Amino acid sequence: MTGLADTFQPSTFVDAFRFIGDNGWLIWHKTVEQLVLSGSAMGVAIGIAIPLGVWLGHVHRGSFAAINVSNVGRALPSLAVIAIALPFLGVGFWDVLLALVVLAVPLMLTNAYVAVDEVDRDVVEAARGMGMRGRDILLRVELPLALPLLFAGIRTAAVYVVSTATIAAIAGGGGLGDIIVNQASYRLEGVIGAAICVAALAILADFLLGIVQYLVSPRGLRRRPAFEPDLAKAIPLPGP
Amino acid sequence: MSGILAGGPVIPNFGTGSHCVTHNDLFCADWVRDNWHGVLEPALVQHIELSAKAVAIGFAIAFVAAVAARRARLVETPFRLFSAFVYTIPSLALFQLLIPITGLTDTTVEIALVGYTLLILFRNILAGLRSVPEDVLESARGMGLTATQILWRIELPLALPSIVAGVRIATVSTISLATIAAFVRPIGLGYPIFIAIGDDIFKTELIAAGVLAVALALVSDVVLVLVQRLLTPWVRARAA
Repeated sequence: MTGLADTFQPSTFVDAFRFIGDNGWLIWHKTVEQLVLSGSAMGVAIGIAIPLGVWLGHVHRGSFAAINVSNVGRALPSLAVIAIALPFLGVGFWDVLLALVVLAVPLMLTNAYVAVDEVDRDVVEAARGMGMRGRDILLRVELPLALPLLFAGIRTAAVYVVSTATIAAIAGGGGLGDIIVNQASYRLEGVIGAAICVAALAILADFLLGIVQYLVSPRGLRRRPAFEPDLAKAIPLPGP
Repeated sequence: MSGILAGGPVIPNFGTGSHCVTHNDLFCADWVRDNWHGVLEPALVQHIELSAKAVAIGFAIAFVAAVAARRARLVETPFRLFSAFVYTIPSLALFQLLIPITGLTDTTVEIALVGYTLLILFRNILAGLRSVPEDVLESARGMGLTATQILWRIELPLALPSIVAGVRIATVSTISLATIAAFVRPIGLGYPIFIAIGDDIFKTELIAAGVLAVALALVSDVVLVLVQRLLTPWVRARAA
């Protein structure tokens, strides 16, 4: 129990920033670990979720699966996934990677599906009238129109993955969580300092991906207000 | 790992020590049988209580705030900012940050869990209330309904789909976050998981507790879907 009962004063927050400044190398090292873990998980999850979601949306099939898989996936507690996979994958990177992929895939799958599925049928019909075929329609009509919403899914998932990667520390996966779970060594200012870094990382990821989202959106769609997907269908979230 | 296990006596999980248990085989049904009443069942019950209380309290707060925000826009921004701020704090850190303020108690855990439900619930309740068409409100006023009557008889029933969707997400994410609460308090299904990780990856306990947590999340999700259908039969009737 030692270390979990540090006294708490307003100055602790000042100390937290001092901790970040004084331990630049440690923070940098742990941040890179967290980013490598989150980036790998996002890479795998994008590879699974986007092609599948886009294809299902393109053929307008499997709405039940696309939406229900993601409801099921959304409900899975990350720590429970880590626990169940631990006997198979062992402590460390791969176990946590799996949990993060499980977290990210549903969010992106639903958004990718809904994005492509809900492209105006008249537009697709017009493209067909111009002589386009399935592949052209997908790549030159549906995908560009779906990109803003599809990317919104990637963006949301990235924020969740970056912040959830913190619990990697529980299963030896490294990252900023290593500081957060070790109050005995780093004291409360270290815990707060690392937490600030995690929050900053998540906000930064959201911001940068927001810029990418703007850039990849077709010019005509940029000025539209941020598209709010149907709340009942595609809401983000397990938890930070 | 001693910091993680802090807060209670270590349960002798290797129990009677059958061959399976002492060899830490993948899954020992006898251990689950022997420890169901002593370890798993209490953890499951605590987990349900913890999550249900958090969602109920969070709902009460978010509901009052959303109704207030519907009447006076001034309320909206501060509450939204506050709940979004809480949401960015990694749960592993928030549980620790609250200890110096509210003590090393289950209340501390509950406060953090309530904090995480606010953003989703507030957003969905408010979105639901705002989705009521203006002409519907106009006719209600024309029929002579007071503001309170309009809230309970018109706005709330029409906002129900969005509200229940919010409760659903809040519930599954609270169940997920409650597993992490065991980092500071020996409570809920996360506790056997942390114990098992500390016990040289005791596989049976990891799988048993992990599966229970996943099952709890999925069952809650399904129950809430059924509640949603019972409460809003017209949504399905319209879709059909």
